[in-house]
Amino acid sequence: MKSISVQHLTKRFGSFVAVDNITFDVNPGEIFGFLGANGAGKTTAMRMLCGLSMPSSGEATVAGFDLYKEAEKIKRSIGYMSQKFSLYEDLTIRENIRLYGGIYGLSIPTIKTKTDQLVTALKLEDKANTLVRSLPLGWRQKLAFSVAMIHDPKIVFLDEPTGGVDPITRREFWTMIFEAASRGTTVFVTTHYMDEAEYCNRVSIMVDGGIEAMGTPEELKKKYTSNSIAEMFLQLARKAKRSDD
Amino acid sequence: MKVLRFLLEKEFRQIFRDPAILRILFVVPVMQLLILPFAADYEVKNVKICIVDYDRSPSSQRLAHKITSTEYFTLVDFTDSYDQALKRVENNQADLILQIPADFERNLIRENSSSLFMAINAVNGVKANLGGAYLRSIIQDFNHELQLEWIQLPRQNIQPTISVAGINWYNPLMNYKIFMVPGILVLLVTIVGSFLSALNIVSEKEKGTLEQINVTPIRKHEFILGKMIPFWILGLVVLSIGLFISWAVYDIVPVGSFVTIYIFSAIYLISVLGLGLLVSTFASTQQQALLLSFFLLIIFVLLSGLFTSTDSMPPWAQLFTRVNPISYFIEVMRMIILKGSGLYEIRSHMYSIALFGVILNALAIWNYRKRS
Repeated sequence: MKSISVQHLTKRFGSFVAVDNITFDVNPGEIFGFLGANGAGKTTAMRMLCGLSMPSSGEATVAGFDLYKEAEKIKRSIGYMSQKFSLYEDLTIRENIRLYGGIYGLSIPTIKTKTDQLVTALKLEDKANTLVRSLPLGWRQKLAFSVAMIHDPKIVFLDEPTGGVDPITRREFWTMIFEAASRGTTVFVTTHYMDEAEYCNRVSIMVDGGIEAMGTPEELKKKYTSNSIAEMFLQLARKAKRSDD
Repeated sequence: MKVLRFLLEKEFRQIFRDPAILRILFVVPVMQLLILPFAADYEVKNVKICIVDYDRSPSSQRLAHKITSTEYFTLVDFTDSYDQALKRVENNQADLILQIPADFERNLIRENSSSLFMAINAVNGVKANLGGAYLRSIIQDFNHELQLEWIQLPRQNIQPTISVAGINWYNPLMNYKIFMVPGILVLLVTIVGSFLSALNIVSEKEKGTLEQINVTPIRKHEFILGKMIPFWILGLVVLSIGLFISWAVYDIVPVGSFVTIYIFSAIYLISVLGLGLLVSTFASTQQQALLLSFFLLIIFVLLSGLFTSTDSMPPWAQLFTRVNPISYFIEVMRMIILKGSGLYEIRSHMYSIALFGVILNALAIWNYRKRS
């Protein structure tokens, strides 16, 4: 069974078609890179798959559940990390983990052991009781990823998780992504860093709301006769008529 | 319902960590209760009067003296030029001109009647009305004194007089503060219930934290209860602070029972929380929420009977007060605090406010979407 299966998914805002008839599948345990210029429609597509935004038309199943009828069941099976940091800055690291653990229905002892594991893994032992507000960006992103994974979801959606993060933290972040994938979690990730795209099992490239190309990084490089995903991305993205929003 | 526990824990932690909310909770009631009852007072005092005396007789002097010796009037000018007095009105230095004609005393003695002229600055209608009425009653009083002095009283009075004795129930000294304070308590509870709760939810929208919550399997009612319960408690805390201040500063002890006050307030809070929630479902930024709440609050307050009697409003406005939760609560608060009404007497208000609660919350829940 496919982890995510999307057919002809479309989202319109008035006369503007943000996501235009996209169709693709994501396999379980795969790291799927969702590339595209700013305003290409990546975030909108991702928000639809997470049950945050209602599609205008098309079909999709996420973790085997129907996007229209079983949105709440989907939410139990997915983790989501948005572009904008969205944990509570006026709560401590521990309190944020406890809150989301509680919302996902974990028992209090489970939350406690998870919190300890997580804090140790992130090397945040001495900061566990400080407000999230005081954490530097790189650590926030790693924390947000860990919180999105708190309930061991089948699929995790990451919207530009490494935007603005330094190269070392970026490398560490991707180590976390590989670990999650090796445990069987499907990773659906958007990024603007083309070196990161090379780490993905498969990538798709969105231009003006539609999917222009899809395949493994090797396949795509061969098909477009380019040396890197970056080169190929520029070829495709330059065709875009829509400007950055 | 286990989720609710975690949500409440989170909400209270945030409230106690936010110095702004704590300040609003304690400073706003103190300021409003200390300032408003003294300042927003309908008794008009210190009406500025100019007396234009063309007569300069003992009688005119005596009338002038009688007017200025009351606390209602402040003499700005005593002159013999009407033009000069009018100039003072134009410059906003005077509210009233009383003109005593040249042969005031002579006419009074010879013809048994005389006339006075009164000019009122009606820019401020309330002040003009009341100032004019005070002046008339002082002049009538003066007239009566003269009659007593000059007319030999016959053994049996020819003119029958009716004297009226009165008693002011529930507020014997007609103390304006006793009237205002219960109303201000209502304002406080309303502000916390609607304003703060709406702003709180919208600020989560703005920060993006609400999106993170919406992507979890959290149930609508869990989220809504998690937001409403803390502000419901805060509303009751503010009410308690307010009741304490009214006792400590104004010596106001409710004639009715505290239980009745709290029962009604608890129900009332549910309905204004519904209003706050509804506002938050429409607004996407705190600015919008603030403007929308402000707009609603001003209309609700001005048409609530806090400052002006609802009975003297035009019929359409009176109709509006029937769908204005604030006006019910103000009436009830005054009934309980001044008259000592019990649950039985306020039952119809209670049904109405419960109905508002059901409608507002239903609308809010219906309009609240996890998925846009």
